[in-house]
Amino acid sequence: MAITEENPGYKWVGTRPIRPDGLDKVTGKAQFGADLTLPGMLFGKVVRSPHAHARILSIDTSAAESMLGVKAVITGSDFPDLVANGAHPMAIDVSHNAIARDKVLYEGHVVAAVAATTRELAEAAAKAVEVSYEVLPHVLTVDEAMADNAPLLHEGMITKGVDPAPDQPSNIASRIVHERGDLEQGFGEAEVVVEREFTTKPVHQGYIEPHAAVADANSDGRANIWCSSQGHFQMRADTASVLGVSQGTLKVTAAEIGGGFGGKTVIYLEPIAVRLSQRAGRPVKLVMDRDEVFRATGPTSGTRIKVKMGVSNDGKLTAAEVWMAFEAGAYAGSPVGAAGMTVIAAYDIPHFLVEGYDVVCNKPRVAAYRAPGAPMAAFAVESVLDELARSIGMDPIDLRLANAAVEGTQASYGPKFPRIGFVETLEAIKEHPNYTAELGPNQGRGVAAGFWFNAGMNSSATVHINENGTATVVTGSPDIGGSRQSMALMAAEELGIPYESIKPVVADTETVGFTDVTGGSRVTLATGAAVVDACRIVIEDLRARAAKTWDVEVDQVEWVDGQAQHVDGSQPPLSLDALAAKSGRTGGPISANASLNARGVGAAFSTQVCDVEVDPETGVTRVVRYLTAQDAGRAISPDYVEGQMQGGVVQGIGWGLNEEYVHDQNGNMENPSFLDYRMPVASDLPMIECCIVEVPNPAHPYGVRGVGEVGIVPPMAALGNAIKDATGVRLTDLPMTPIKVLEALNEQSD
Amino acid sequence: MKYAAPSSVEEATSLLSSSPSAQVFAGATDIVPQIHGGRQAPEVLVDLKKIDELVSLTSDDKKWTVGAATPTVELTENQAFSQEFPGISEAAGLIGSDQIQSRSSLGGNLCNGSPAADSVPAMMVNGTRALIAGPKGNRLVDVSEVVTGPGQTCLDSDEFVVEFEIDRAPSLTGDAYLRMIPRTEMDIAVVGAGARVTLAEDGTIAAAALALGAVAPTVVRVTAAEEALIGTTADEDTLAVVAAAASAVCNPIDDKRGTIAYREQVAGVLAKRAVLIAMERAQQRNGDV
Repeated sequence: MAITEENPGYKWVGTRPIRPDGLDKVTGKAQFGADLTLPGMLFGKVVRSPHAHARILSIDTSAAESMLGVKAVITGSDFPDLVANGAHPMAIDVSHNAIARDKVLYEGHVVAAVAATTRELAEAAAKAVEVSYEVLPHVLTVDEAMADNAPLLHEGMITKGVDPAPDQPSNIASRIVHERGDLEQGFGEAEVVVEREFTTKPVHQGYIEPHAAVADANSDGRANIWCSSQGHFQMRADTASVLGVSQGTLKVTAAEIGGGFGGKTVIYLEPIAVRLSQRAGRPVKLVMDRDEVFRATGPTSGTRIKVKMGVSNDGKLTAAEVWMAFEAGAYAGSPVGAAGMTVIAAYDIPHFLVEGYDVVCNKPRVAAYRAPGAPMAAFAVESVLDELARSIGMDPIDLRLANAAVEGTQASYGPKFPRIGFVETLEAIKEHPNYTAELGPNQGRGVAAGFWFNAGMNSSATVHINENGTATVVTGSPDIGGSRQSMALMAAEELGIPYESIKPVVADTETVGFTDVTGGSRVTLATGAAVVDACRIVIEDLRARAAKTWDVEVDQVEWVDGQAQHVDGSQPPLSLDALAAKSGRTGGPISANASLNARGVGAAFSTQVCDVEVDPETGVTRVVRYLTAQDAGRAISPDYVEGQMQGGVVQGIGWGLNEEYVHDQNGNMENPSFLDYRMPVASDLPMIECCIVEVPNPAHPYGVRGVGEVGIVPPMAALGNAIKDATGVRLTDLPMTPIKVLEALNEQSD
Repeated sequence: MKYAAPSSVEEATSLLSSSPSAQVFAGATDIVPQIHGGRQAPEVLVDLKKIDELVSLTSDDKKWTVGAATPTVELTENQAFSQEFPGISEAAGLIGSDQIQSRSSLGGNLCNGSPAADSVPAMMVNGTRALIAGPKGNRLVDVSEVVTGPGQTCLDSDEFVVEFEIDRAPSLTGDAYLRMIPRTEMDIAVVGAGARVTLAEDGTIAAAALALGAVAPTVVRVTAAEEALIGTTADEDTLAVVAAAASAVCNPIDDKRGTIAYREQVAGVLAKRAVLIAMERAQQRNGDV
């Protein structure tokens, strides 16, 4: 077979071997965050605010401290005052989110913590901590938070990004704007203009494994931390900042991780565990309940989004105006920035204005969630595109094809796109039999697309050649999406040895070079590139050793199929085994490091089509058919790529149909469990069919883009568009529960 | 917290009489989450699953007897039972997951007192009676009278349900249970509807029973609908009356699982659908009980 872009002739890349972590996971041997037990270890328990917004008047820890078996009780006063220290505002927010000082800003906000000899005793001691509050009025949504005379979370918050700066504080942390062209001209050129307003609810990442941390502090100021996270270097940096110590004093080991989806890029328990361990002089374990995960860890934002778009009769988008407000939770930092950059990025629109607001409210501080910001924005824009296509009688894929960003298009957020595969994903859907499959009664079909940048950032890798010619590939990227398999496949391809001969390892903060979080769909790209670089350094070394052995110039030696070969075949090949066995006589152990800041990030696009059936009498929506096409660049591990594509869709279906935070009037969450926070279960879903599109990223040695996130961007609009097709009603508020669908159907028939 | 596992009804009764804060359980699928959630803290937990007669499923010419702690999976797996009472069987098959159903029981589902308990409407339309044991002896109570409010039953603290009696279904009788949940499983009914129909030889309805769950403080019978069905073939007009009567009998709450308006409207829909399925099953069960 010819070696082409479609058939690159790889031996390992693109295959589906058994995952390296599989056996440990199915036999229960894998050590997750809560699994570690150390000699003398204490159990910690966090005391949390029952109020959405309150001033802490006093904390009396004496009763808890006097309990037999209670070894430490701490409060916010046990941590350095970063405000007085003049720390960066974001560092202050991280610190105050980890443990409250003068005010609690959401139900579940940490106010104190205890460590005791048993879990039961820790729970009793936590209950014995007496906190006196002055309850303050709260705001839960962007509407409440942006209202005139709304209660303020942060008395000094002056909106950034507004010129001139406002003279009064508000709950609006910042404003972002992207604009081009002339809106009036653009809408003037439109044949049809559609304007709609949308709302979405906060949704949780829903990782199955709750947060957990074990800390063991030494008397010399050093401490070891074991925790479940998407980036132990990030945990080290943030924990050091909250504790007011040098990063070098902390060693963080990444436990096996049971899901993160962005939510485990931030610290919660780690500094608390360290401080408790320091006070008690013993190791301390902290594990959250599901209830705590819901009440106190970051969901993604609830939003209000207004979209106005115009289209000409031949399907050209002429203008777009977008207004967005995103809940940040208790501290500034919603993903409205990314939402503003992605909202219309998939399309070439000559005139636009995108305006976004980052709004604080009395809910947990939002955390990253799979393509942060993009899914809500896409729900709004892709719903409006569906309306535009209907209004001019155009096929929804054709409308998107007529406006799709291609190589050279000036993205709405600034740069020109390099080679991208959006059009290819649209065509893949259009050509698939699902797109024209017959629909049954009460069924409808919806299409939507999505864009996500993907990230690059910093990664390191070390490759060791073992004495027997196998290899250990060490990285600092916690494996949440199959990165160990991808690293092993790329290393096998580079070194020319079997996948089974590679041992991929995730090392602690003292054993591998700095590596940013596993996030932004960046690990296969960036850490993968570091692995490839390290392998190539090793191969150079191996060639040099073979040349030395044969007493020839190094350019006379090639590395082919896992062995050194003389270019003219005048020497018997030297296998990796043979070179490894003799390494002591050719210069010592064979090993290489590579560290990089990844260049050439490849943008990701996904197009999806779903068929739903809506029960007209109960409003229940069942997803009956689902197809997703996504540009992977190159699928290093197709099993995992499909897993990521399917996982994104499933989370999107939950977001679209049933997931939401329900609060009572006091700002207390009413559904902090998987029973009533309704993530989809397996029987809710059809097979999510995957079509991997491969338009290689020219900047990566194997053409990798990121695949982890973009899959969650289109589903909500695809569902809404399908419900519209099935019933004639347009749902603009997520989740599209049976209650809302039935209400809309009732209104329609009135 | 102590755990006790009596092996006879008498032993269990005396245990309960001697320790006022003792709490019986069968499958523990409700009480364990309640203890973990801090909503219950019994001093003594009394496991009823070790008492033989509480874990049994038998029938004679007159009735079926279901031990109160019998795993609900027995009711879905037992062919004879599920053919005779497909409504009870399908209700039992909706409680929790497969794993839960190997522990959960009709006794527990009833005595937990939830208005949304799936098995209760299905048991009620089949005239199920509960045999209750206590220090003063046994008493037989209609299932419809056991639950008195959310989480409340007519049982004294030293009483528990031993078994359920369900009269053998006559020919031309069918039952059905439907529930509305936003998901397909692992959820709690927003509305539940149990129906039973017995047909006369001419195909009209001779007897009907309809009960709704999750729409009032306790499971409710819809007597107006039952009366409207008698003598009809459940034609469209009659079903409209059934649906309206079902909606009218609702006295629901707005909560995280559903709104008043939604529950009222969907109660009518499920009532109608459950009656139609029961009709169809009644037509298929002609004399071959």
